[in-house]
Amino acid sequence: MRLVLHVWRQKNPGSRGRMVRYEAGDVNPDMSMLELLDVINEGLMVKGEEPIAFEHDCREGICGSCGFMINGIAHGPLPASTVCQLTMRHFKDGQELYLEPWRAKAFPVIKDLVVDRGAFDRIISAGGFISVPTGSAPDGNAIPVPKEDADRAMDAAACIGCGACVAACPNASAALFTGAKIAHLGLLPQGQPERHERALRMVTQFNRENFGSCTNIGECEAVCPKEIKLEVIARMNHDFIQASRLRR
Amino acid sequence: MSIQLGSRVPHGPIEKQWDQARFEMKLVNPANKRKHTVIVVGSGLAGASAAATLGELGYNVKCFCFQDSPRRAHSIAAQGGINAAKNYHSDGDSVFRLFYDTVKGGDFRSREANVYRLAQISVNIIDQCVAQGVPFAREYGGTLANRSFGGAQVSRTFYARGQTGQQLLLGAYQALERQVDAGHVTMFPRTEMLDLVVIDGHARGIVTRNLVTGKIESHVADAVVLGTGGYGNVYYLSTNAKGSNCTAIWRAHKRGAAFANPCFTQIHPTCIPVSGHYQSKLTLMSESLRNDGRIWVPLKAGDKRPPNQIPENERDYYLERRYPSFGNLVPRDVASRNAKAVCDEGRGVGETGHGVYLDFSDSIKSLGVDLIRERYGNLFDMYQRITDENPYQVPMRIYPAIHYTMGGLWVDYYLMSTIPGLFVIGEANFSDHGANRLGASALMQGLSDGYFILPYTVGDYIAKSKLDKIDTGHPEFAKSRAGVADLTSRLLSIQGSQTVDSFHRRLGRVLWDYCGMSRNAQGLELALGQIRELREQYWKDVTVTGGADDLNQSLERAGRVADFFELAELMCLDALDRNESCGGHFREECQTPDGEAQRNDQEFSYVAAWEYQGPEQPPALHKEPLHFEYVQPSQRSYK
Repeated sequence: MRLVLHVWRQKNPGSRGRMVRYEAGDVNPDMSMLELLDVINEGLMVKGEEPIAFEHDCREGICGSCGFMINGIAHGPLPASTVCQLTMRHFKDGQELYLEPWRAKAFPVIKDLVVDRGAFDRIISAGGFISVPTGSAPDGNAIPVPKEDADRAMDAAACIGCGACVAACPNASAALFTGAKIAHLGLLPQGQPERHERALRMVTQFNRENFGSCTNIGECEAVCPKEIKLEVIARMNHDFIQASRLRR
Repeated sequence: MSIQLGSRVPHGPIEKQWDQARFEMKLVNPANKRKHTVIVVGSGLAGASAAATLGELGYNVKCFCFQDSPRRAHSIAAQGGINAAKNYHSDGDSVFRLFYDTVKGGDFRSREANVYRLAQISVNIIDQCVAQGVPFAREYGGTLANRSFGGAQVSRTFYARGQTGQQLLLGAYQALERQVDAGHVTMFPRTEMLDLVVIDGHARGIVTRNLVTGKIESHVADAVVLGTGGYGNVYYLSTNAKGSNCTAIWRAHKRGAAFANPCFTQIHPTCIPVSGHYQSKLTLMSESLRNDGRIWVPLKAGDKRPPNQIPENERDYYLERRYPSFGNLVPRDVASRNAKAVCDEGRGVGETGHGVYLDFSDSIKSLGVDLIRERYGNLFDMYQRITDENPYQVPMRIYPAIHYTMGGLWVDYYLMSTIPGLFVIGEANFSDHGANRLGASALMQGLSDGYFILPYTVGDYIAKSKLDKIDTGHPEFAKSRAGVADLTSRLLSIQGSQTVDSFHRRLGRVLWDYCGMSRNAQGLELALGQIRELREQYWKDVTVTGGADDLNQSLERAGRVADFFELAELMCLDALDRNESCGGHFREECQTPDGEAQRNDQEFSYVAAWEYQGPEQPPALHKEPLHFEYVQPSQRSYK
């Protein structure tokens, strides 16, 4: 099959970017989106041109490195997957694809499709953990965890930190990302001692990072490659409000 | 002989050795710890857990990773689980049994003392991770659930769906971020280590490149820890992440760290087969699938019927047939070799003939589709997404792929390399898995090294060493920076006609053909010649676009592939030198009458540690003899 790509090219954070058109003939339907970019890049490099910069690593949908907009949809049209898992069989012969980096003030563009998601690390650093120094843990079976709670915690913990939720949100909010961690740890007995402090600190950091507020639109849930549910945002709000009240 | 391979294993009975070692260690006064800087390169399970724990102890830690965040390290992709000798099921497990299984699984090419300590610590790891909030699978009563894994007959594998590595890494990452917040760890993401700086015989720092600005920087420390993972990507196609590379350990090797058993690589039996020439990586399907899936091929060569039209009596469940007691749960090396053997007989399935069936229809019949979905749902989904086939209805097709490297930098019992002050942890070292790693052991080793061993041994080293105060102005740092800058400009100036990836693919092909699942002297000699030839071409005709002063992914790759070329040569040399079969290293000349790996303990019961002797010089081989006092080496049998 044949595809036409329009890709955002931007040399560095300070320069102006633009869309550049590339034609890809002989596309194998079993190729992933990133493998298609590999092939285009090989062609560019042989011509002495700079390849399209894009972030990627594991290429099996778990590291969270990759991600960009395809025709306005974060990670493209296939639900519950990342661009590295998106095979070309999901497109039509001759289709035109527009590839753009995540669009959010909190994620400045570094080059082409690569953005800086350091804000996510800072949100986790603010409180997305359970304080348990190495060696101070009781036996693993000392605290039973109901299977249902463990399963729900796992659902939230599946977040890969790719940033699609922010890119899809009209407010560029990081509520789904932050809520996922608050829900994961807050659903477990081990997470209770720091539950309120965690919500206060993480939400405060999230507000400092130029993310917008959540207005419950739900675009984030629709594009999340790990299908994290909106209810994690409700948990975040619940914990934050309760913590704020208790603090007064 | 400049290198001394003193393993420093403590005296006394094996179960007391780690206690003894810890007691004999010198301690650093808590108030003084912040005056000592420790560099940790890599932020996977080993690196992140080490950096977090060193931070908790109060050291001034600098942690480096090439990814945009420490959470992306490739440990995240481990699926199946982590072993621990908890014996929560009273099914006969014990520290000694885990130790025994691991030594035997490694085909008697690992150091007993290290493996025993690993088995001892395994139980602490689970406790630590549970306390951190890792959402391990639970039974209805709320206790931790377990499953079985290859190479073991007890149920000792803890798991978090098919995302165990992810959850363990996030636990370590969160502990790391907590220390970043506390000011004990400074994180340097998007930064690649390009050289190790050795001053007066001690590792004193690293030289790095900032991958966004291109800036070459120096970092001084009292000790340097490498947790930079394995080198499976030398084969180009592997289950490793695209960025995984050998540069940190290879450049440390060139500074004097011995490289141990480089030819010990693991081929994982359950990966999705290669489909096209554009393919950039291979995808692993967790080994846990072998718990409920049955592996088979048609009895007759060239049988092209779809799987559901092949009647039961015309199928060959070859693992169950050849290994009745372990069946589909034989260790990885055995399962991989058998898959290759049946495909070589022309009985392989799929378009390429390089595949075998992994069939769940019997389990779905006996356990129900819901239970299978609960156990493996995400793996089934992943398979379907890639292949467009539904494994609930048709058997999966799988084929072996490069997955892990047991070889790595040589370390002693204290995880210190042959360079004092340079420590190596996780997959980057060679220590615990011998010639073959058992499933669910990599996560265990990474976390054992990082949380529970290295933080002690680094302290002992710092307490005992009298290191001069130095800064980045030291001539050795200046020399190192100049060397790194020179390499970068050389790569950019070639301006040839072939891309880095095209060279890498060819290198991978040579290695896979001659230094892959089975090896022989003639092939290895051939490979050595081809690798050298390719390397020469590389330095004449590679094209690296862009400049040195901004994000340049083709430049990053070019440096890594240059190192892969040199490492590939050492792997072939090592494979040639080890004229025996053991674990994943299968020399066709050495096999038992029924085709199993035939060890030669008389001549090869040692760790091969290679010393770098300079460019274009043959490396020097040093041998650390292996002694087995607790597990008697025997012909490994899973029949």
